[in-house]
Amino acid sequence: MQATTPVNEPLKQQIISQQQGEPMLDVRGIETYYGNIRALAGISLKIFNGEVVTLIGANGAGKTTTLRTISGITPPRRGTITLNGQRIDRVAPEQIVRRGMSHAPEGRRIFSRMSVQENLEMGAFARNDRAAIAEDMERVLTLFPRLRERLQQKGGLLSGGEQQMLAIGRALMSRPKLLLLDEPSMGLSPILIETIFQIVSDINKQGTTILLVEQNALQALSVSHRGYVMQTGQIVLEDTGANLLKSEMVRKAYLGEE
Amino acid sequence: MELFVQQLLDGIVKGSIYALIALGYTMVYGIVELINFAHGDIFMLGSFIALAVLGWFGVAINPQNQAGLVQGGFFPTLIIIVLTLLIAMLLTGIIGVLVERIAYRPLRNAPRLAPLISAIGMSFILQNIGQIWHGPAAVSYPEVFPTGTIHVTSGISVAWKDIFVVVVCVMLMVILQTFVQRTKLGKAMRATAQDYDTSKLMGINVNMTITLTFFIGALLAGAAGLIYGLSIHSMQFTIGAQAGLKAFTAAVLGGIGNIPGAMLGGFLIGIVEAMSDQYISSAWTPVVVFGILILILTLRPSGLLGQQVPERA
Ligand SMILES: Nc1ncnc2c1ncn2[C@@H]1O[C@H](COP(=O)(O)OP(=O)(O)O)[C@@H](O)[C@H]1O
Ligand SMILES: [Mg+2]
Repeated sequence: MQATTPVNEPLKQQIISQQQGEPMLDVRGIETYYGNIRALAGISLKIFNGEVVTLIGANGAGKTTTLRTISGITPPRRGTITLNGQRIDRVAPEQIVRRGMSHAPEGRRIFSRMSVQENLEMGAFARNDRAAIAEDMERVLTLFPRLRERLQQKGGLLSGGEQQMLAIGRALMSRPKLLLLDEPSMGLSPILIETIFQIVSDINKQGTTILLVEQNALQALSVSHRGYVMQTGQIVLEDTGANLLKSEMVRKAYLGEE
Repeated sequence: MELFVQQLLDGIVKGSIYALIALGYTMVYGIVELINFAHGDIFMLGSFIALAVLGWFGVAINPQNQAGLVQGGFFPTLIIIVLTLLIAMLLTGIIGVLVERIAYRPLRNAPRLAPLISAIGMSFILQNIGQIWHGPAAVSYPEVFPTGTIHVTSGISVAWKDIFVVVVCVMLMVILQTFVQRTKLGKAMRATAQDYDTSKLMGINVNMTITLTFFIGALLAGAAGLIYGLSIHSMQFTIGAQAGLKAFTAAVLGGIGNIPGAMLGGFLIGIVEAMSDQYISSAWTPVVVFGILILILTLRPSGLLGQQVPERA
């Protein structure tokens, strides 16, 4: 696979300037349990307006649980989560989406018995501004022309790549300021993966802040401003995307180098 | 031939009531994967509630005049029936919501056997309420429709009340289907039936949507209660178990969780019953009905209209 260009200098300047304000998302010391098993052992991370931040880590490290905790599905037992200055760690997921955060979950979770159009409509469930919803529908269908062709088809009949596009498009329909994406490249062909990362980058350039979870460390980090590395429920490394790509640990563990 | 058509019509009348009750089973199963064993009893209470509401409007059993109990001609009758229908639906709907709150919601995350047991318990409680309310014997229901029949041919006739039964049932089914397919809340119900967590991420209040589903299922059971009473003229606290079992069979036959399936299953069970009563023997009818159920479930375990699209691709 071709090495991708690392983050360039102007972008680095931008990162530094961005990080001086209040973070958009501020996660401090969250611990999340499944029954008696602790999946997150005190995770802290910050995301600033305009960033793409990637969370990488081995299977079972707790990446999905981190996203689910942030979006309210599995609330933390300890720790705080602040979105735009407001605590959300005790807020229900259906309310969090109304505060400008959207989560495209692992495994796409398309409503398979509903049409593509209905899936997108569900993404806008929290909104009532019909005209603006129609605009966003148009924007999503422009971003993913495949979905326009399949608008009336049942979600369950789409291919894996189309389902992933639908999952991202559906998440965009709430017009989020912060978008959480859990392994958008999972199970896709290399060409499709390329497309998906391009789209992630485009969405970010159109003004949406993104927290990305990926196994595909190389490509994910190369579209990211910063990244965190997770291991067994903890964050073990944090740096810019470019530096993480250079780091020995990341190269060994996630890029298959000796 | 005429006999066959007559049985077909009778079957459709009966079947439309089964279909209305079956919808409650199937909608609740679709969203919480639970057989609401109390649903038949909600239907029974709905019928008693409707009888009480008829009483408020001054419609009561009159020993001197068994027929034509409402004064003032056809239209006031119709208006009173419609009002009774709406009030009985609403009150029965509230019972459905209470049943969910009391018996099922506290057990949402419990092992699957627990809500099943509390469903059966709820069924007994509602039956006992019905028994305390009206006693163990059958209760008469007033005759409010013109008693004459319309003769289509010499051998085929339709009663006024049968037309009422079918018109109201079909209207309610069309309204339900439109609601579920077209409205935002209806779509939220379908989404919730597929995936709680993802529905929450969309901004759907899953608990409220489940409550709404129980409410609508019970609304329809309330409507069925009035319709059944006006059609059969007799109600008993045990009717929920009997009609409920047939409606449940209809829901399974059509594919449990599938709304058009419940409608189809209801009509089919009604028609099969009518045909079996006529051509075999009413003593054998339950055997025929359940025999067909077993046959279809063996050949098509997901029912006639079971999910055609994979649950999760
Ligand atoms: N629903 C669940 N119930 C119990 N344990 C879970 C559940 N989901 C995840 N886990 C456990 O939590 C840990 C973190 O899982 P997850 O967040 O899915 O990791 P990742 O996304 O990094 O692969 C794993 O040990 C996993 O087995
Ligand atoms: Mg994961």
